Amino acid sequence: MRNTFADTIYEAGKNDKRVAIVVADISPAGSMQKFRDEFPERFINTGVAEQIMIGLCAGMALRGMRPFAYTIATFTFYRPFEFVRDDLCYQNLPVTVVGIGGGVAYSTLGGTHHAQEDVVLASALPNMTVLAPCDPAECREATLYCVTQEHGPVYLRLGKAGEPDLTSRAVDPFAFGKLRYLRRGQDVCILGYGPIMKLAADLAAKFEARGQSVSLVSAHTLKPLDTDGIMVALRRHAHVIVIEEAAPYALGLRVKALAWEARARCRLDVFSLQDAFIHTYGSPGELLAAHGLDLASIARKVGVE
Amino acid sequence: MRGIMTFDGAASRRRCLGYRRRILDISQHVPALHAAGAFSCLEIVDTIYHGLMRRQVGTPARFVDTFLMSKGHGCMAQYVILESLGILTRRDLELYCTPSGQLGCHPDYGVPGIEASTGSLGHGLGMATGMAYADRIKGEDGRVYVVLSDGELQEGSTWEAMQMAANLKVDNLAAFVDLNDMASLSRMSETHPAFYPVLDKLRAFGWEAAEVNGHDAGAIHDAVMRRQGGRPFVLLGRTVKGRGVSFMESVPIWHYRSPNKEEYAKAIAELAEVTS
Repeated sequence: MRNTFADTIYEAGKNDKRVAIVVADISPAGSMQKFRDEFPERFINTGVAEQIMIGLCAGMALRGMRPFAYTIATFTFYRPFEFVRDDLCYQNLPVTVVGIGGGVAYSTLGGTHHAQEDVVLASALPNMTVLAPCDPAECREATLYCVTQEHGPVYLRLGKAGEPDLTSRAVDPFAFGKLRYLRRGQDVCILGYGPIMKLAADLAAKFEARGQSVSLVSAHTLKPLDTDGIMVALRRHAHVIVIEEAAPYALGLRVKALAWEARARCRLDVFSLQDAFIHTYGSPGELLAAHGLDLASIARKVGVE
Repeated sequence: MRGIMTFDGAASRRRCLGYRRRILDISQHVPALHAAGAFSCLEIVDTIYHGLMRRQVGTPARFVDTFLMSKGHGCMAQYVILESLGILTRRDLELYCTPSGQLGCHPDYGVPGIEASTGSLGHGLGMATGMAYADRIKGEDGRVYVVLSDGELQEGSTWEAMQMAANLKVDNLAAFVDLNDMASLSRMSETHPAFYPVLDKLRAFGWEAAEVNGHDAGAIHDAVMRRQGGRPFVLLGRTVKGRGVSFMESVPIWHYRSPNKEEYAKAIAELAEVTS
């Protein structure tokens, strides 16, 4: 996703002089180097200084530009949180805060580099849009949305690298603010977002192997959430499952609240990170497993082991 | 980056006397006015609006350049000047801090004449740097003037902005520090002796810097006119919090409080042109 974002923003920057990238001492990935070489005035490195990264973006946006603040999610969003809130959200400026490695992608770097609660915190900010694409192609769509949108600030939560393609055969195109059905079924609906969508797809395959028909849905727009779409999914499926690489107050909790509103009669299972820091080191999968987010554990809990 | 070449110091003193009177009048409607912090930076803000910022022809005044009140609690100084320029109305100021008005104790982006929301300290210099940088790379001739409190120099974010403004060499940016020595709790010179000397620190960060009496509009204007350019400029203005009303000067309670009727009468009676 990192490389796809870099390629996409390079293309966008070529066509749109308003696009600027403000990074805080992160090594440029993919075409980011090309962006830096070709548009040096629109590529700024603030160094290890995240508050000015957001402040600069705000000032540039107040002058009609479309800045992207870019570094590891914990540092684009947590470190300068009050600047994101006051400079970007309060003033409703079209700045995209790009969080690389949302969730536990930086799985060997320890808890200081895990963005577990970012989705919940970003969703709580008035005016903020929250996007979390599930694969490189969806990352491209989400990035292009951020370049052209007129709403205000966006928190764009990305993975890191190596996410497999999940959307090339999707039945729905990417549409901002709408649930995206990657495939449609009748019995089970699995909702997810971000790189953990791969786990959701693997779980879907297990249901299908048992002859059940599965809807697999990328909830890439977490705010504004497609509440109507979720209520429809809750009514149309006998079993709804939410899988997310986020603190347990994000999509899962929203879906539970909507289930009450929709008078849903389906079975509803929610799998999130626990409300706890992670002191485990290893692959992202191993860290997720430490919080019960692995195929075997989830399959057992939903009855398809 | 030079502003308007001629500047009439005597006219500035007359305007500032009028602003102080107006601010005291408004104080009679609200319990917390932040009058003292407005009084300390009045001459600085007046010099920026009347001596530095370039205007387009027409009424009400429209500026080519940008003003940010990073020390948002001093915004009453800005409001009365915007009122005198016809950008805010008399009614806007009468409805200060009321539900039917649009002005509060901190500047809010979207209100006429307000270019960015401030209030939380340490935000203005970063946004001003971004604005000035954007103007430069877009080939526009905008200049950005930003007023900071000395307390804001305690914020780490101000120093992040100091570094980046110097690295980016945004010479269309000028910052003014209202060095009134008073935080809301106590004197900075007593609680933060290591903060001084300030001028050397700013120069060490790559800024062109000068220091003047912050109540001497002519000196403020001259210092900006004398700048060499090529990098951001900062002017330290030595000021007195609450300047102009003897019993408010450097007394912490007046950071927030509005005078009662008796105090108001006493303040109005003693108001005179501030000469230095």
